[in-house]
Amino acid sequence: MRITLNNRVEELEGDRLTVTELLKVKNFTFKMLIIKINGRLIEKPDYDSSEIVEGDDVQVLHLISGG
Amino acid sequence: MTFDQIKKHLKTKTVGIAGCGGLGSNCAVALARVGVGRLVIADFDIVTAGNLNRQYFFLDQVGQMKTDALKENIRRIDPDIVVEEVEEKLTQETIPDVFGSCDVVVEAFDLADQKEMLINTMLKAFPQKPLVIGLGMAGWGKSDLIHYRRSDNIHVCGDEVSEISDEIPPLAPRVGMVANMQANVVVEILLAISD
Repeated sequence: MRITLNNRVEELEGDRLTVTELLKVKNFTFKMLIIKINGRLIEKPDYDSSEIVEGDDVQVLHLISGG
Repeated sequence: MTFDQIKKHLKTKTVGIAGCGGLGSNCAVALARVGVGRLVIADFDIVTAGNLNRQYFFLDQVGQMKTDALKENIRRIDPDIVVEEVEEKLTQETIPDVFGSCDVVVEAFDLADQKEMLINTMLKAFPQKPLVIGLGMAGWGKSDLIHYRRSDNIHVCGDEVSEISDEIPPLAPRVGMVANMQANVVVEILLAISD
């Protein structure tokens, strides 16, 4: 399937992925993340149940210290 | 737009600054200089000598509350700007009240878990309110890595990779770049709001 991840088009295997699966596939191992699917905030407890499908716009912000 | 027109427009606007450290103090000063009418500045900490390598404070302000010192520095630039101080550690419970009246909020916290808490809280309380976050500004050089990107109402400034550590400290030039980039984004958002 084809999705947009952080404003870039990505080709991924399969028809659907949970957020947890996407993070694994993309090697996002960081703990502090803000994730939105089509503009909707996905909270940590919902990573296993929230699915990403063809055409979705996914935004992942990886929070790092400094400021 | 002339500067007078810009200043007149910004005079009616309110910006929230969450954290008055390297990002927040420099961003607030830039916004004060262009004439943003009201600033809500929040921090629970005091100025230390170690802050002076990047934060908009002076040696004789060491020991003062950061909000008090920043308010004074802004007053010295433009006494007409209304500065509202919030001298407490922001929480999920207090953030909606503190920043509810702001047109834009600047995320200028230090720690990643605090950034996460603020962003989550703001997105839940105010899904549409513009939030300008600073992400990745430690070290020196690598000017080309610093960028801006937007995701709905979240505006990201920084390189998104340089995390602070003992070997990669935050320093005035690069922190200032990101802080001023945040201020620049805020001005762009505010000028796009019609009165």
